[in-house]
Parts: sequence; structure tokens; C-alpha cells
Amino acid sequence: MQKVNVAKKILSANEEYAFKNILFLAEHKILCLNMISSPGSGKTTILTRTINELKDKIKIGVIEGDIQTDIDAEKIRATKAPAVQINTGGTCHLSAAQVNRALENLPVNELDLIFIENVGNLVCPSAFELGEAGKIVVLSVAEGDDKPAKYPAIFAKSKVLLINKIDLLSAGAQVDFDIKRVKTDARKLNKAVEIFPISAKTGEGLTSWYDWLIKSVEKNSV
Amino acid sequence: MHEMMVAENLLAAISDEAAKRDVKPIGAKISCGKLYVINDEALSFAFEAIAKGTPCEGLKLQIEHKPIQGRCKKCDETFIVDFSGPQCPKCGSEDFELLPDAPLLLEEIEF
Repeated sequence: MQKVNVAKKILSANEEYAFKNILFLAEHKILCLNMISSPGSGKTTILTRTINELKDKIKIGVIEGDIQTDIDAEKIRATKAPAVQINTGGTCHLSAAQVNRALENLPVNELDLIFIENVGNLVCPSAFELGEAGKIVVLSVAEGDDKPAKYPAIFAKSKVLLINKIDLLSAGAQVDFDIKRVKTDARKLNKAVEIFPISAKTGEGLTSWYDWLIKSVEKNSV
Repeated sequence: MHEMMVAENLLAAISDEAAKRDVKPIGAKISCGKLYVINDEALSFAFEAIAKGTPCEGLKLQIEHKPIQGRCKKCDETFIVDFSGPQCPKCGSEDFELLPDAPLLLEEIEF
């Protein structure tokens, strides 16, 4: 029996592609944000509304990640924004190589901002860097206020936390969701995280999110 | 289940090293930062499934999780971050930045 020291990076292929993406995005002066959440938190609705309402200010493109179908890319294209759909065929997260190929199929010379809508999953996507400038985590109130405590990695790594569907709280729906608890728990993990409570349906709270986006695109960093 | 992709990359790396030496690998030690959220059981299961019929079949994986490190923004102390209540052990501040997670490394192969 013999033990051999190897010390070899396992995900180096992913990291190499992530680095290529960083260089490519920098060369084209595009800000890239990686949006991560559970399925059904409202990522696509947030994106379509954001694209429509910022149409005259920022040119946005989207890379959509799903296990199958191009339902989400179609919703984005309905806003006239360019979208590329990646189907992972079962894999629970996007890889930097997939994003690299998708970037080739976007009109990058016309864009200021690219959103990557990751596969709906609060765990796996947080482990794979795609070359983005920052991660946006979305939590909808129906999922419960214990998520930052239960899934700390993604909340610790994100630049922005969007708390979506807050219209449900004022609509008298039976949702037990303590926004204060979420803010406290998220800030405990990540003091600098920007938190925007929003409703992509009614538009409540979106102005602060838009201001943050515009500012970040202007300085091309988050 | 992102462990599958990790398992695929791991199998490729171990197979490369084994081919160089032309001996059957029987164990491997890997390490990774906790932010990779790797579940040991899921990774071992995925590895076992894809290693079937290869020289790595039956190989035992040992996984070490490296703690998450943070740096205090007030006093610059580097410390291990405990997600249940992260706080600088030196000055008590809760304002810190996360340091880059330890990489996912294939540390050692046993032949």
C-alpha cells in the first residue's frame, strides 16, 4: 500500500471557464449577476418586470438555466430582451462552461447587464462560480422565514437579497413570515448584504432595487 | 445533487494519476471548504455509481471539510466563522468579510 500526495484542484475546469467569462465580460464592459433561489420564488417575473421598466436605461440580456423546457427564455423574449436557454438535462446547477457557450449566443456588444437565472435550487448553484460580478438570492415569503438560517451558504455569499411576494403579507394571506427575522439572520451571515423587500407582482419596493441596479451598472461592479 | 459533477471531475483526476502508475487506486482523500456544501454520503454514492467498471471501482473516499474563515472589519482578526452566530472572537464585532472558501482538492490517493 502506498499513499501519494496529489494536491490537485477538482473543479479547476469550472474555474478556468469562470475566469474566461470574467475576462470576456470585462472586455465587453458588461455587468453580470447570478440569480439564485428555490423554484417558484419569482425570479423570472422579477426579471421580466425589471427589463420592461428599465428598458430605456439599461440594455439587459438573460441566460436562463432550467432542467428542461424553454418556458422561461420565451417569457424573457416576450419583453424583446435577448435570452439564451440552457437545459441542464437533470443537473441541479449551471456550470461556467455552459455560461461560456451561452455568452457566445447573446448580442454582447449591445448589452450593459446580463442576468444568469440559475436552476431553481438554494444549495447546489452556490458552489459553482460562473464568472459573475455578484450573486442575487431571492426568497419569497411563502417559503418561510427560516431559510437564511437553514441554507446559510447562499445568503453568506450574495450581494443582494430580494424578499419577493411581500404583497402576500399585506393581503391578509395566512403567511407566517417575519421580515425582521430574515433581515437579522441574513445580516448575521453577511453584514454588507443589500436587502430589498419587493413584490414583482404589484411593483412595491422595486424602485430601490432598480436604483441599486442602475448604480451598479454605472460603476460596472457590485 | 451537485456532488455528481464533483464525482465526475474526481474520477477523471484519480483515473489520470492511476494510469500514470498503472496500479489500482483503493482510496482517496479530498478536502473542500464548507461553502461547497458537499454532502459526504451523496458524493460517495455518486462516485461509486460512476466508478463501476473502471479501475476506481470500490475506491473509498475520505472527505475533509475545511472551516469557513472570516476577517473582522474592525480589528482585522482572521477567525473561523460559525454560521449559527458569527462574531469576531477578539473584539466581538459582527462585521466581517468572508474569506475565499478552501478549494476542492484531491489531496492524496492510496494505491
